[in-house]
Amino acid sequence: MSFLRRTVPLAIAFTVGVLMAFQYFVPHPHSKAFLELMTRWDRIIAGFAVFIGIYSLFHLHWTRIRRKAAGWGYSIFVFLGAGITIAFGLYNGGEAFWHDKKEDTMFDWLFLYVQVPAGATIFSILAFFMASAAYRTFRARTVESTVLLIAAIIVMLGRVPVGALISPYIPVVADWIMGVPNLAAKRGILLGVSLGAIATSIKIIFGVERQYLGGGD
Amino acid sequence: MGRFLNIDRRIIFAAVALAVIGSLLVDFSLPVPATAPVQQIFDKIESLPPGAHFLLSFDYDPSSKEELQPMALALLHHCFQRGVKVIGMTHNPGGTGLAEQALNSIASIYQRKYKEDYVFLGYKPGGASLVINMGEDIHTAFLKDFYGNDTTTLPALQGVESLRDIDYLVDLAAGVTIETWIAFGREKYQFEMGAGCTAVIGPEMYPFLDSRQINGLMAGLKGAAEYEVLVERKAQAFEGMRPQSVTHCLVILLVLFGNVAFFVSGSFRTQRRPRR
Repeated sequence: MSFLRRTVPLAIAFTVGVLMAFQYFVPHPHSKAFLELMTRWDRIIAGFAVFIGIYSLFHLHWTRIRRKAAGWGYSIFVFLGAGITIAFGLYNGGEAFWHDKKEDTMFDWLFLYVQVPAGATIFSILAFFMASAAYRTFRARTVESTVLLIAAIIVMLGRVPVGALISPYIPVVADWIMGVPNLAAKRGILLGVSLGAIATSIKIIFGVERQYLGGGD
Repeated sequence: MGRFLNIDRRIIFAAVALAVIGSLLVDFSLPVPATAPVQQIFDKIESLPPGAHFLLSFDYDPSSKEELQPMALALLHHCFQRGVKVIGMTHNPGGTGLAEQALNSIASIYQRKYKEDYVFLGYKPGGASLVINMGEDIHTAFLKDFYGNDTTTLPALQGVESLRDIDYLVDLAAGVTIETWIAFGREKYQFEMGAGCTAVIGPEMYPFLDSRQINGLMAGLKGAAEYEVLVERKAQAFEGMRPQSVTHCLVILLVLFGNVAFFVSGSFRTQRRPRR
């Protein structure tokens, strides 16, 4: 059992990891065919992740309803919303789902007049919470927070047309903040994250990192 | 003054609502000059000859529609005006409806025909793997378009075998797809690309702009408004500059007021954090 659960996945990870790493530097047709095969498999596996996501979502909300957890009533709407959308998606405007997608169906209507406004509403609510949070937390308590406060005010003004009306220098300074200190910080983070990803990949390929096998070790 | 530090948040919500509604009701216009990163995207599309292939990746869903859909519409206006062939696709399953709506509505204004002047490949999972597949062979990555047509038979895709044959690509992203397109697409298959993103992730794109891995960048609603001005199609994003400007000013005034109250009330003596 240990052989199937540990040795085989580790061997697959090592073999595919090494082959994919070398493949990048080998412009041979066999190498390209291998790349295409692997990426196609990856896409098929990613497709199945959708089903796992749906199962996970339904399982979570069904548990909430069953246990009458706080706010369990909202979980009913998850089943209602998903159920209605899936039903109309499969119905496909009178033709079954195995036919090509029909236009202007109830599924499209649900997307345009329910999902789009609902998504936009949730997004726009952020402005209210951000204004409230900025008022409460943006305090010049220390030198660092004062620098952050000044930079934030300049960038906020520089990112809207009114900034240039107040002073033509505001957008210039805002661009400098974005293009020099921000760029330096982001590049540093990006390099750190990339080196970390390479290190983690090497650890997975050589079987040092085994968390992905699950079930504890 | 101290009581102003804990002002009821509903008062702030009401002030923001009034600022947004008021600036939408009162008609005034603000100058929206194009910044260099937006101008560079415009110039690139302007340089494409009629019949060139432009790939637009709609990598967002309805929650980011307000910022990114105006960018898509302005870009499509520009491409269809110039007779550039548009290839649409998305990495986001929630983006298909928005992409379809944008492509069909703008194409109809310029009497552009589906299959001949533009195509919509739809959604495929995979992210980086899909980009690599498209780089090797676009027709095996997308065997059929969104409407079930065989992609090898579509006239708009004639001459496009892989990403190498794309003349210009713009990724409109609400997530990490710009990095994906750069790392697995642009660097490997050598095509020119620009990007549009929400204002939140705009700062993260500056390293790629500086390294010229993207030739231009539209960030947030302002980026979209600038592009609308460039293509002389002032619409939703341009109109949005009024409430956004007023709300930014309101937030700045609130922050300044909060700091004045913080110092005048003497709270800074008790709340000042010790330096490490």
